[in-house]
Amino acid sequence: MKIEGIGQAGSLESNDLMIMVDLNQKENLIIEIESIVKEKFGEQIEAVIKETLTENGVGNGYIKVVDKGALDFAIRARLKTAIKRAEGRQ
Amino acid sequence: MKKLRRTMLFVPASNPNMMVNAPIFKPDCIIFDLEDAISLREKDSARDLLVEALKSIDYKDCEIFARVNPLYTPFGEEDVRALVAAGLRNVRLPMSETEEDIKKLDTLLTDIEKELGLDNGVVKILGAIETAKGVLNAEKIAVASSRMIGISFGAEDFTRTIGAERSKGGEELFVARSKIVLAAAAAGIDAIDTVFADVDDAKGFRKEVESAKQLGFAGKSVIHPGQIRTVHDVFTPSQEDVDKAVRVINAIEEAESKGLGVISLDGKMIDAPVVARAERIVTLAKGAGIL
Repeated sequence: MKIEGIGQAGSLESNDLMIMVDLNQKENLIIEIESIVKEKFGEQIEAVIKETLTENGVGNGYIKVVDKGALDFAIRARLKTAIKRAEGRQ
Repeated sequence: MKKLRRTMLFVPASNPNMMVNAPIFKPDCIIFDLEDAISLREKDSARDLLVEALKSIDYKDCEIFARVNPLYTPFGEEDVRALVAAGLRNVRLPMSETEEDIKKLDTLLTDIEKELGLDNGVVKILGAIETAKGVLNAEKIAVASSRMIGISFGAEDFTRTIGAERSKGGEELFVARSKIVLAAAAAGIDAIDTVFADVDDAKGFRKEVESAKQLGFAGKSVIHPGQIRTVHDVFTPSQEDVDKAVRVINAIEEAESKGLGVISLDGKMIDAPVVARAERIVTLAKGAGIL
């Protein structure tokens, strides 16, 4: 079932992440990160997410990330797909 | 120097772990797959993942290909556009059946190169022949574009199209494989053999690789990193052959420096085919790290 404004992408495999983007949240930007490496890389993951959101023109929304040790390229890719799916572009 | 394409390792473009780690196994080439390995609902995510991987991972000497979706699907053109913009320079086109299939991709690539300000012809094509029709058109496919660097054989779909079962002996593939080798050789490009799906059958795999080499293939598509060493083993020339090839090349260089025409080595005349074979052996030996 597809819910308007919500997109999800990724997996819970090692070195990947599951990411959910809810663009119905229009007031502010909320980023929630669960990660096996949060202590060490939590800030970096958040920075990559914010940068990718900006690049894709997303200012506000609710972003939920369950990370399994993904590298930056995978974070960017999964977020990009989730945004496009939320916007109904894919 | 001619590129070594002994192994082309298929990696699904849906698995970030494998996309990062595949070069560790040192295949000559990696083919990131957007086609059969990816379900319809994940075509978008696989493309996005490969785009970001190409932009950020340095694959060094490993030659990178992407098996895009056929251009007659809703995904093919967008695959090519997104990936070339991200740096892809080798497209493996599945289901190449006619020269028109290649020409369509050639035209699309020309447009994309122009849009991106790239040199014309910088993106190369490997045509995958996987049907009876494709095999019969192999000669035309191999020369359909100046971008062609090779043609590869896909036996799974091929056996389906001729109504045969794929056997371990591969008798049903013999004519098709030979035709693909001949078409590639005549066009001066590489012929790449089909995958061997039974990853547990090491003996059967080696036998098939030996037969591929014997038929004249330049390399083989592989689906598991564990298959790479066997292919490199089989395609690596013996020390005796390497020594002989080096002597041929040294003799030719010496003859040229002395302005001699025809020369002989150990009482045998060295002509162009002998030199070409020696050069090929030296290339393979260097690639295998034994020279």
